[in-house]
Amino acid sequence: MFLARIYVTLKPAVNDPQGLTIRGGLQTLGFTSVASVRAGKYLEVRLEERDQAAAEARVREMCQKLLSNPVIEDYRFEVVEG
Amino acid sequence: MRFGVVVFPGTWSDGDCHYVLSQVLGQPVDYVWHKERDLSRYDCLILPGGFSYGDYLRCGAIARFSPVMAAVAQFAARGGLVWGICNGFQILCEAGLLPGALLRNNHLQFRCQQTHLRVENAHTPYTRLCRPGQVLAIPISHGEGRYYTDAATLRELEETGRVVFRYTTPQGEATAEANPNGATNNIAGIVNREGNVLGMMPHPERAAEALLGSSDGRVLFESVMAQLAARV
Repeated sequence: MFLARIYVTLKPAVNDPQGLTIRGGLQTLGFTSVASVRAGKYLEVRLEERDQAAAEARVREMCQKLLSNPVIEDYRFEVVEG
Repeated sequence: MRFGVVVFPGTWSDGDCHYVLSQVLGQPVDYVWHKERDLSRYDCLILPGGFSYGDYLRCGAIARFSPVMAAVAQFAARGGLVWGICNGFQILCEAGLLPGALLRNNHLQFRCQQTHLRVENAHTPYTRLCRPGQVLAIPISHGEGRYYTDAATLRELEETGRVVFRYTTPQGEATAEANPNGATNNIAGIVNREGNVLGMMPHPERAAEALLGSSDGRVLFESVMAQLAARV
């Protein structure tokens, strides 16, 4: 069994009002060193595959077909046994 | 001439669209459940507003894989009229039938309010009874309506008249204040290259009777009726 940890984030060029609002909240709380915040999505997918390479290939396909929208989002992931 | 109103789990404006077509305009119309694969009896399909599949993952991301969507794509490829309103617009973008995406409103609020739309292209099947530059009072109701696309696509949309509606003041000026969600270039609605697929965030079906504050949305339905009548 493999565990994929998938991170989906808005592309750098896409304005992220959630991130801006969170940054404002942090700064109000006194975290004045905060320069920027980008909000995204985190998914955990468990899957049965024969090896690491096969698992990574399947997860990449999932990201391209459903988990991210290439018009607005980037994705990255790590796959571990577990 | 027959209309189909596509219903996904979580669609909520299907009743309003059906009501306007059947009761206000007297047109033949059916609800089309999202598992339907045969759309051969329809001339115009409406994908109404709502929260299909709870907006899980992204608006329209799951609805796009409903059985009916493969049939909708074929229907559109054959020149059938496909009209996405609000969540329907989001679904059409996710399905790749229209370019771009709808993002969270720039102020993060859900907005249910009157807006004014300037008709930028009066030569589409949906606007053929409008005057160029006519301003229509049609409300919005969404949290994720900020139209976004890459710079190259945006240029193509603008240069080829594919921006059909823009948010403006009641006088028809596309100001920042008149933009309710931060959409690029105040874009409220676009068509595909062929002109038969329209996506728009505002709800014309909620502006079809004076009792509801505006009947400006009617002209879009009447344009489609005129288009279909001319084709027969």
